[in-house]
Amino acid sequence: MSKIASTILGITFGFILTKSEVISWFRIQKMFRFEEPYMYLIIGTAVVVGAVSIQLLKILNAKSLSKEDLDLSGKVLNKGTIIGGVIFGIGWAITGACPGPIFAQIGSGEYAALSTLAGSLSGAFLYNLIRDKLPH
Amino acid sequence: MEVFENLSWLVYGIMIGLFVPTTLLIGNKQFGISSSLQNICLTVLPKTKSIFKGYDFKLNDWKLYFVIGIVFGGFLASNFPAESSISFLPSEYYSLSGIITLFIGGILVGFGTRYANGCTSGHSITGLSLLKLSSLLATISFFVGGLIYTFIL
Repeated sequence: MSKIASTILGITFGFILTKSEVISWFRIQKMFRFEEPYMYLIIGTAVVVGAVSIQLLKILNAKSLSKEDLDLSGKVLNKGTIIGGVIFGIGWAITGACPGPIFAQIGSGEYAALSTLAGSLSGAFLYNLIRDKLPH
Repeated sequence: MEVFENLSWLVYGIMIGLFVPTTLLIGNKQFGISSSLQNICLTVLPKTKSIFKGYDFKLNDWKLYFVIGIVFGGFLASNFPAESSISFLPSEYYSLSGIITLFIGGILVGFGTRYANGCTSGHSITGLSLLKLSSLLATISFFVGGLIYTFIL
């Protein structure tokens, strides 16, 4: 994917994330406290739209712009899926941000999220550093 | 219920979901963001490439530009059509202890998403759209982690 296309898609995604407030720590708290269905409805709708799109692409035997068969492979399942998933969930509740929203929070002027970004880069680096010692 | 009178969640949900077919059709890329963290690490510290063994930087090169775009998108959304006064983080986080808390939380986000091989976008949106078991288990784990922090820690 070209740099320009990637950047334009990113701008669009960041705009949607911010306008929808899914980058809000307060919305994430209300999700984990089951105080409002807003986040569940957005994520649920996105999954339904994504799944229907995938089925349509399969039925139409769609190819990418580069005329390749679409990559519809799944991610590997191992112990990291669960252990890493729980670790991320804790971080998500603390920071109110998963990786995409960290960047949107910074762009929206929540500069404290620069600390979240520094932490998440350190965390990704640390994982690769000790990966061989972790259960997978 | 208020949320059903205001259908903004439906519009936003549809727009977010459409990123799954869009990145596939344009670049044959699965939509996901957390691996961008590794591409940023390598950009900042090019000499550390050997640590990321087996990771295909080229495959995820586009995510570097995608996340730079997200920063601009966040800026545009909070300044147009008018400057927004909505806070996305509690004011308590603007203190030394708050910055440290966010840094530690960030470590868990970066470590956890790479260990789980995906985040909310890669697993919960793309992976669930592909009906993959690994992504269902990952999504459940994300919520278990969030609930552990919210109700126990």
